Amino acid sequence: MKLAGQMTASDIAAAKAALPAAFGTSPWRRLQRWLFGALALAWFVTLLVWFDITPARLAHGMSGVWVILRLMVPPSPGAQWLDILHGLGESVAMAFLGTFAAAVLALPLGLLGARNVVANVLAHLSLRRLYDGLRGMDQLIWALAFVRAVGLGPLAGVLAIAAAEVAVLAKLYAEAIENADPRQPEAVLAAGGTKLLAIRFGLLPQVLPVMIAQVLYAFESNTRSAAVLGVVGAGGIGLQIAERIKVRYWNEVAFIILLILATVAIIDVLSSRIRRRLIQAP
Amino acid sequence: MTPANPFEQRYRRRQRARRREALLWSGVLVLALLASARMSEVSPSALLAGLPRACQYFANLVPDLRWRQLADGPQTEGSVAYWFYRIDIWLWLLLQTSQMAALATLLGAALAMLLCFPASANLAPNRATYLVFRRLLELFRSVPDLVYALILVWAFGVGPLAGILAIALHTVGALGKLFAEAVENAEMGAWDGVRAAGGTWAQAVRYAILPQVAPNFLSYVLLRFEINVRGATVIGFVGAGGIGQELYTVISFSYYQEISAIVVLIIVTVSLIDVLSERLRSLAMGMVLR
Repeated sequence: MKLAGQMTASDIAAAKAALPAAFGTSPWRRLQRWLFGALALAWFVTLLVWFDITPARLAHGMSGVWVILRLMVPPSPGAQWLDILHGLGESVAMAFLGTFAAAVLALPLGLLGARNVVANVLAHLSLRRLYDGLRGMDQLIWALAFVRAVGLGPLAGVLAIAAAEVAVLAKLYAEAIENADPRQPEAVLAAGGTKLLAIRFGLLPQVLPVMIAQVLYAFESNTRSAAVLGVVGAGGIGLQIAERIKVRYWNEVAFIILLILATVAIIDVLSSRIRRRLIQAP
Repeated sequence: MTPANPFEQRYRRRQRARRREALLWSGVLVLALLASARMSEVSPSALLAGLPRACQYFANLVPDLRWRQLADGPQTEGSVAYWFYRIDIWLWLLLQTSQMAALATLLGAALAMLLCFPASANLAPNRATYLVFRRLLELFRSVPDLVYALILVWAFGVGPLAGILAIALHTVGALGKLFAEAVENAEMGAWDGVRAAGGTWAQAVRYAILPQVAPNFLSYVLLRFEINVRGATVIGFVGAGGIGQELYTVISFSYYQEISAIVVLIIVTVSLIDVLSERLRSLAMGMVLR
């Protein structure tokens, strides 16, 4: 090994030939990077032009946001605070009922979608694709459809939450069931039990805690989304927010947002407590 | 009759205790269900009246397709082309929706990159900074993007800009938290090395932490992009651009065939993007293993 001062130009050239990567990126790589950067920049500029995003519009909007933020302080419940509380209760109730209905309905669907229960590959794949596809439809689309179908009010919200959550829970259930230990249902079958008994005594006790934990997660996320379903008329506190934004009572809007945040935080804490208990329980 | 066997006795006592607990919890569940049914005006009679109407509604959505005319042009009733007669406009709107989601994800990710380092316990200069930045991210995260959109439509006017900013704001909080958690799990040896060699905080973040967490970040960004595409399809309900505005119109006017056509297109687009981003994610994860 030579010291740096003793290296000749030919040594360096030899090293460069042997280890090109140690002497910086090759021109080809550098060109690639430049091209990629240029492409990304072109995409970005195209979008800015397409969506008409100009500094003037941004500045104008920002000043509007600033005005709104100033009007939000101090948050105040306003005169109709009873309506707000009622809306909040309605939202939580919608989330609870909708999640419960979805949790029950998803049980048979989850079993059907699990490979170790229904062994048919075609049925398995097509069902799982169906669950995935239905997940692509946002809850708010369901809500809007149910509002047209059963009328304004919380019932539409409950049905929307249930419909949107069934596919999600069915998929999660199916995954949990597939991850279960196969030896316990096998033991039930070997002892002369039917397939149904094997599911009931070999499979369900294993996966029930996991399922309940998933349902609790779903409940948490649904309390969040139930807060906005009212925007399209499906009941709950979203209606209160939308109304107050329409008439620009920004301090009441701020109050409602804070109230939702507090409620969601409380429900998160409660549900994580229950979840922890479930996982500890034998 | 009491069994003499102490084991049997204990078993029965436990059995009784478990049954009591199960009864208690089911009681709580039933009470909560009744209370929320009352609160949300759901009753057996309301369900009986509503469910048939809902079924009727969804039955109306089934497209009127006829086998003989299936492959005919958009002028013939019963053909696929007739069902999707506005497909050019819808595809354009879907492209717009996906690009809104992409721009919003990029914007949100860029801001989250700035906020996540002071919000991770191992890099924050002091505990106060850590707590402040964590709370800030929580605040961004806990307001749904639709609420942001409602407010921003007032400030920025109707159109995609309000939707992009709304999704971006929510994304900052959601990604910021995930980013910070990834940073907290990073190996700190490289950090100590850069700091010991005289590097500043920013240099240490750039050369010691960022290379470790970049694949993780990329995978989170792609996951968030999938979620944001879904969100962008409905953000138009409040006037913030994308396919949502069109969907809102056709649902409001009960144009059943159009509703099902747009929903099918949305589901196909979202699934395609999911598959694509999953590929990219496994590619990003492969970069770590190499």
